[in-house]
Amino acid sequence: MQPEIILKMEGICKSFPGVRALDNVDFVLRRGEIHALMGENGAGKSTLIKILTGVYQKDSGQIYLEGRPVHFKSPQEAQNMGIGTVFQEIALCPNLTVAENMFIGRSRDAFVNWKQMNKRATEMLSSLGIPASPTQELASCSIAVQQMIAIARAVDMDCKILILDEPTSSLDEDETRKLFALMRELKARGVGIIFITHFIDQVYEVSDRITVLRNGKLIGEHQTDELPQIELISKMMGKALSDVSALKKSEPPQSDDSVPVLQAGGLSSAAGVRPFDFTIHKGEVNGFAGLLGSGRSESVRAIFAADKVTGGEVKVNGKRVKIRTPLDAMKQGIGYLPEDRKNDGIIDELSVRDNIILALQVLKGFFRPLSRKQAEEFANQYMQLLDIKTPSLDTPIKSLSGGNQQKVILARWLLTHPMYLILDEPTRGIDVGTKVEIQKLVLKLAAEGMSLTFISSEIDEMLRVCSRLIVMKDREIVGELSGADLTEQNVMQMIAQGGE
Amino acid sequence: MARLKKQFDRMSHLVLPLSVLVVLLIINLIKGADYFKITLINGVLYGNIPNILFGASELVILSIGMTLVTAAARGQDISIGESGAISSAIFVQYVLSAGEVTIWTILAGFLISCAAGIVIGAFNGTLVAFFNVQPMVATLILFLGGRSIAFIIDGKVSPILANPISNQIGTVIPGIPIQTPIILTAVFIALVVVVLKTTNLRLYVEAVGVNPSAARLNGINPRKIIFLTFLIMGVCSAVAGFIAVNKVGRHDSVNLLKFIMMDAILAVALGGNSLAGGKFSITGSIIGAYTIEVLNRTLLRLEVNPEAIKTFKAVFIIILMVIASPVVRASARKLIDKGKTFFTGYSPGQTGALNKAVVSMTDSSAKKEE
Repeated sequence: MQPEIILKMEGICKSFPGVRALDNVDFVLRRGEIHALMGENGAGKSTLIKILTGVYQKDSGQIYLEGRPVHFKSPQEAQNMGIGTVFQEIALCPNLTVAENMFIGRSRDAFVNWKQMNKRATEMLSSLGIPASPTQELASCSIAVQQMIAIARAVDMDCKILILDEPTSSLDEDETRKLFALMRELKARGVGIIFITHFIDQVYEVSDRITVLRNGKLIGEHQTDELPQIELISKMMGKALSDVSALKKSEPPQSDDSVPVLQAGGLSSAAGVRPFDFTIHKGEVNGFAGLLGSGRSESVRAIFAADKVTGGEVKVNGKRVKIRTPLDAMKQGIGYLPEDRKNDGIIDELSVRDNIILALQVLKGFFRPLSRKQAEEFANQYMQLLDIKTPSLDTPIKSLSGGNQQKVILARWLLTHPMYLILDEPTRGIDVGTKVEIQKLVLKLAAEGMSLTFISSEIDEMLRVCSRLIVMKDREIVGELSGADLTEQNVMQMIAQGGE
Repeated sequence: MARLKKQFDRMSHLVLPLSVLVVLLIINLIKGADYFKITLINGVLYGNIPNILFGASELVILSIGMTLVTAAARGQDISIGESGAISSAIFVQYVLSAGEVTIWTILAGFLISCAAGIVIGAFNGTLVAFFNVQPMVATLILFLGGRSIAFIIDGKVSPILANPISNQIGTVIPGIPIQTPIILTAVFIALVVVVLKTTNLRLYVEAVGVNPSAARLNGINPRKIIFLTFLIMGVCSAVAGFIAVNKVGRHDSVNLLKFIMMDAILAVALGGNSLAGGKFSITGSIIGAYTIEVLNRTLLRLEVNPEAIKTFKAVFIIILMVIASPVVRASARKLIDKGKTFFTGYSPGQTGALNKAVVSMTDSSAKKEE
């Protein structure tokens, strides 16, 4: 028997200036099912959720809750109608008790009946099997338990629909299992759960149904057990299944006798990447491929010591070196353009000039400042080379467009003449023209003898630029592709099969 | 023209403290036209202006340190007065124990008190930079306990510093027409300028204050830089304590530099610096410090009841801070744009971006003319 439909979204459209975020998307949620919402960055998952929870207003389309058309003007309204949401970052107060967190802001009375509140909390916690005491301070619970308490809070508000946005990203395996047990318990009670995650294996472990979005469009809705992993990945990446399933015979990786520019063995970091080996030769462009959260960024951060390095050894030009801080890495001729441009890349209030010369200046040392004239010359030189558009060198970098900001960061590292440059998502969020410029630049630099690592969530781009791809899944390297094997099919195949 | 405009843009944060200063000076001129009069008494220049420069010496020096701490640590050091009281107590004890006082005794005592200042700065800096304690909480410790430490070092109530050299440092050196604290302050400012010119202190501090995460990924150790600014603050406190104790001629551990951190923080804010850290202007803070001194003296000159001075000052500061707030600035900018539209029939400032575009266009056209 088909379970009853509790939520139906039909023909949802939403545009932001210049972007069509959602284009005629349908979504159906049934009572007592765990429904995974899948898609790469920018697919429209979060926009859809925000429309459902009343954060955004839809441009057109209709939402039916238990058959009745509804229109939420605010998150509060959605909550009152029984739609609970738990976000990736826990939005609770760590210094309050568990019970206070569960009931805070939900009573209209000025006075609180502490005894009754704690009693109700105890009942809830035990019925859901959450190992916490109501009078315990929230901060003393593990992240997983905090996550569960957030869920309990959402569920207690007569919740019919529960939205879990990346709930497992900060949990370990054991904690994830506990969370899944709770999700199954809620499912048995008839709650419809929308589950958003980037861990493919977890989707297959816990969900009943999958809806895939890509570039704001609905790609399809499937029963989880009828959709093979490889097909899901091909849908998310937007490649036809026939391309993907066509297998090619693998060739042995080409051996190179020259001393590698950088060689890492058993490298691991506090950010949680499993120990991995890595080699790059002079003039080579390689890349880390994998879905979001696969550990591709964490790997390059470990090489640059951006996260605390916890093990492994690094050889530069065959010589063993100690890289414990970013400065150590910079002194070895390594540059790193971080994934998060806003928080890790630009110094937003400082001028374009200061942003360009920063890395070189730090390498020169505290007591050897560049003269203003020198700094201006360097900045001007790279402004022309990379065609950076800015009113002046004194303009704060924050008032530049994303693409120009990225070029400034590139200029910063090129100015230090690195022998090995790591580019993590250098083309994210910038216009197509600049994207192509950056790709061309990477190939030109490699031809001049620089070694580069290029990471992008767009697989096409990586294939165009990289001669070797290291494929990652769940924070582990699952394989390596080069030469004729370097095709989209093989990358997807490897992600789907890897780790099994 | 473009260059002039650029220069003006770089100075825009000084508009507020400078205009306040001008307003205060005008008020003083109205009160009495002889305000700027300087007289030569026994070969030394006296008058309102020298008095202001003399009186603000300690505050100016402390506000320089406060500017750096604020910029890097995104918080304030509230123990600077106490820190100055401790280091000057050590200075006084050293001089009193030396017997015969020569210029070398004073110099050695001064260097020892600077070392003490650095130790205090290291204590505060360690708490803030390495234990991530909020600056105001970390420095609250010495704010509360510092004067007791100074009192213990003194050993008795207010030891007297009665030697001719100290007297000369606190007032005038015969044959020199300017009071010594003014000269010492000028030398200190010159030193700071040299440090800023010959090191990357500014770039490092600003980078750490704006975005510590990005600074770290560019090889700067944010902890070390924050620690460094507290060491510099310690030296500033020691120098201010040295000047203060020589001015008074005795070490009063209870009242020396009392509550001066409030004025120092105010000077930093008045100078157009964000108290949340980031880009900084030491020039602004120095002007801010002198402005506060002028304000204090203006209120005295206007014969405000000494008991009521603090209230007047508070009201004045409220007005100032509201004028300087982003809210008022934004609406002022709108008003200016409206005015422009009215006069030219064209609005350059519908949006900030458009405004910038126009500015850059006029800039580039001006460049072509050059």
